[in-house]
Order: sequence, then structure tokens, then C-alpha cells
Amino acid sequence: MGINMATVLSGKVSHPGIAEGEVLLLTEPVSFWGGVDHHGEIIDVHHAQHKAKMTNKILVMPSGRGSSSATAVLAELIRTGDGPLAIVMLQCDTILVIGALVSAEIYDISMPIVELDQEQYAQLSDGMQVKVDAISDHEIATITF
Amino acid sequence: MSTKSEALVLTAEEQAMLDGADGPAVAMCMRIIVGVARANGAEKLIEIESVHADGTLYHGEAGLDFTEKLVALGGKVKVKTTTNVGSLDLLHPNLVHGDEILMSHGRRLMDAHIALGCEPTWSCAPYQAGHRPEFGSHVAWAESNAIAFVNSVLGARSDRYGDFLDLSAAVTGRVPFGGLHHDEARKAVLVLDFSEIDSRFFSEDAAWAALGVLLGNRAGTRVAAMVGLPGDLADGGVTEDRLKGMGATSASAGGVGLFHVVGITPEAPTLEAIVAPNAEYLKMTAADVREARDTLSTTSSDKLDAVSLGTPHFSVDEFRALSEVIGDGPKFAEHIDFYISTSRDVMARSKELGYLDVFLNAGGRVVTDTCTYVTPVLNRNVRNVMTNSGKWAWYAPGNLGIDTVLGSLSECVASARAGKVIRDESLWA
Repeated sequence: MGINMATVLSGKVSHPGIAEGEVLLLTEPVSFWGGVDHHGEIIDVHHAQHKAKMTNKILVMPSGRGSSSATAVLAELIRTGDGPLAIVMLQCDTILVIGALVSAEIYDISMPIVELDQEQYAQLSDGMQVKVDAISDHEIATITF
Repeated sequence: MSTKSEALVLTAEEQAMLDGADGPAVAMCMRIIVGVARANGAEKLIEIESVHADGTLYHGEAGLDFTEKLVALGGKVKVKTTTNVGSLDLLHPNLVHGDEILMSHGRRLMDAHIALGCEPTWSCAPYQAGHRPEFGSHVAWAESNAIAFVNSVLGARSDRYGDFLDLSAAVTGRVPFGGLHHDEARKAVLVLDFSEIDSRFFSEDAAWAALGVLLGNRAGTRVAAMVGLPGDLADGGVTEDRLKGMGATSASAGGVGLFHVVGITPEAPTLEAIVAPNAEYLKMTAADVREARDTLSTTSSDKLDAVSLGTPHFSVDEFRALSEVIGDGPKFAEHIDFYISTSRDVMARSKELGYLDVFLNAGGRVVTDTCTYVTPVLNRNVRNVMTNSGKWAWYAPGNLGIDTVLGSLSECVASARAGKVIRDESLWA
């Protein structure tokens, strides 16, 4: 391996798509329903990253949280362009996958969701530029930085 | 061509549905069901007997776009599908004073569900409005209280579904085989023991709201078994309505999709029948229940502006109990708005039985098809509201910016008459 070779993490494709951008790392999960406003800002006052904005970021968080209406909130954020470019989680949240599936169906926007194991997940840090490649319909997704 | 994951196996019929044999709406819904099944690692799909659809409340354009797209693609529900509350009261259109978008989009969303062949139940308690799945049957229900009830009180099997997946299940008749559809996922990994608390404590409905907070806080999304609670599901509705209120509150305070009450709910004739190996065991005290109750009141003021009952929707049995408490006593105080949220079905039956008029004649108002905490119904000047519903008390302060006081049904009536909060603290001693 050369010194300048990129690091490639591999994980599971929970929803397909490709994205490239800056990581917003959340130290705890956020509930899209009630915890994120229509502009992609975290409005949950109890959240460690309160006021952080996820718009056009690669959202990295341990898991999902809260109401099943988060599906509709995520789909709405994707529709308006105020949502994240991709979501990377340790433990995939079905509710968010549904939001991504529906956005792909009705708006033709495919936002990738990737699940990483603990060891791979720990290599991501806030602010880093990454490329998420989850184009295949199953099996391996890669995150390159 | 659709790629097939190694884990998920579809039947020939399901593969054909996915490939478009039953039209574009079925194919689209199948892609969503299969996408979720793959993300969760499900090995197969299963057929379901009914759906309760929760995407009826307007949250934004995405929900409306999805539902209207299904209609445009010729989608129809394949199984019995009831509808949750909408943003409007279609029978009493002047009660809801939302903005223009909410009113017009909210109406379109409800209409789109009807166009798909859903039944116009408009209720979060479809199980008391004619939709009662059989014990052991697989269903796809959405709305947290309805999920908790159908699993726990009826013993049917639903995982915790939400917007979009509910209609996808209705249109395909399928869900991923996972979560609470599995035997082992229905075992209690937590035991809450109430047997040392005097059962007199549980004679008031408000105590069951408190139990809901306790259950939700302790269980989170885990399945719990509760031991030492009184009740009998064949007692004419009292226990059923208590479990309805408790389950709804637990699904709000935590993420409870299934609970067992040993000796009462159908899967738990004994603790042994339902407990998982190495389950956590917690002994509960009266202080724990009191502490949980206190989280449901946000003010100690005795000032009162309104009373709201019926979250989840009021049952015929609750209307009967209310009419007995009201009797031929005095009317509610002039300045108190007393609302009951219920289904149109329960309203019609309660009217026939004479219970409804007792409440209306006392000065009460009925809200159907929607609920007072999800859409603008309350007068804008209302500050302090009393309720016997734990779920209402849990959500209303955040949703509506008002203060709540939890009380029993009889305390709510007494307070509405007096025009101020009246609570009997001796019940909690």
C-alpha cells in the first residue's frame, strides 16, 4: 500500500446511492420526528449536537431514534434538498430506510444508507471528506477518504 | 431485472408482483417491502390479514405525494385496511381551525386513502370500531397505540410499522417476516412485579396512565411482562380500556410494541408461558407509580380551561361510564371546553344507547375522525387542560404549548363542573 492510498471502509448497503461530502458525526442518535426541523437543523435541545445542520452532509450516527413518522420527515427533507446526502449508521434503522426507499420511488433521489461495524465506524470523524459508494443493490458498500 | 439478495427468498408470486405482473402500484409497494426486508436481513415475506394505516395525518408533501402516486398508478388495498385519524373532523368541519394548506392537503390525503379502498374508520382505536384481528393472525398495523393493543390485548402479530410501509403492506398483502411476527421476539425480557402494591391503587383510570409511563420508561422497546395487576378482559370493557390507555402511554413514553399482563392478556396465562430465559426482574413500589404519575401533570395550579378525553379514541364502554358519572348532576362550568375524541362508529353507537346525549346535554363537545392533540381544535386561549389520558398528557404540552393535569374520569367531570381542578389525593396515598 502506498503512502497516499485512500482508506476504504466497507459495510452493508441498507439503501443504494452515491454521495460525496463532509461528515457530520453525531455522538448520539437523533429523532427526525420532533428532533430535526424542515431546514435540516437539529432542534432537540437535549441533543449533544443541538443546532448542527445536516443539510448536504454525510450524516454519521450510531442508530435511529423515536417515532415512526420519521419516515415522512426524512422523505420531506430529501424532497426539499434540506436533508443529508447519505446516512451511515452502526445499527441500521428501518424507519430511515423506508424514508429513503420512498424518496427514490416518488422523487427519483437515491440517498444511500450504509451500516458499518464498530471497527470501521470508529475510523470516521467529524468534518472529514468522504465518498460513499453504495451503488450495488446488495452486499458491499464502500466509504473512501 | 431485480437483483436478489442471498438472504431473502421470494415466492414465484411475489417475484412476479415485484416484476410488475399486478401493475405498477403493486410493483412500487413490493420494491419498498423488499427493500426493507433486505435492510433487515429477513429471509422471507409473509402474508398479512389486515392493515391499520397511519399515514392519514398530514405531515408534509411527501406523504401526500406518495399516497396520490399510488392512486394514480391504480393502487388498491388487497386486505382489510382501516384508517387512523386524519387532520380534519369531516363530520364537524368547523371544529378544526388549521391553516389553508393543512385543511386542503389534509383533506386530499384522507380522500386518497379512500380512493385506495381503505375503510373510512379515521380512528386510532380501530379495535373498538369493528376491526379486531384474531389471536395469532399476522397483521401490519401502524400507529403506536394500535400496535401495542393489537399485539398485547388481542394477541395478533404486528411488528411496529409506520407511514409508507403500512400502505405498501396493504397494497401487496405482504410484510417482511421479522420482529414481533416471530415467536421468540414475543417473549418478555423484562418482568415488572406490582404484587406488593395494594390493588385498591389500581381502581382509578389515572393509575393506568401512570403505569404506562412506568412501563415505557423501564421497557423502552423491549417486551415486558407485568405481574400482580388486577383485571379481567371479560369484565365488560373496564380492563380493556385500562390496557388501551396504559399501552398508548407506554408506546409514547417508550417504544413499547407488545406487553404482557400475566393472568389477563391472552399470551400470558402464566409468567412461565411468556418469560424469556434470563429476563430482568424489577419489583415496583407505590412510590414508583406516584413518581410516574407526576410526570403527566405539568402544573399544580387549580386553574382550568378545558378537559380532553379520548386519546386513544373513547369507547362505547367509556361513554357509558361517563354518562353514569354525569348522571343528572349539574352542567359543566360555562368557561370549560369539554372535548371527547372518538370514532364516528363509537359516536353513532353511543348515541343509539343514549350515552352520548347525557354528555352533550351537560355541555360537552365531540370530536370525530381526528384528535385534539394532533390538529388545532382547542381554543387559542386555553392554557390548562385536564385529561385522564396518559398519552394526551405526554404529547400535548409539546404539541400545543399548554399545561396538563392528569386526573381520573370522575375528577375530570367534577373539575369541569367546578370550573377548576379538583383531585382526590387520598386515592394516591
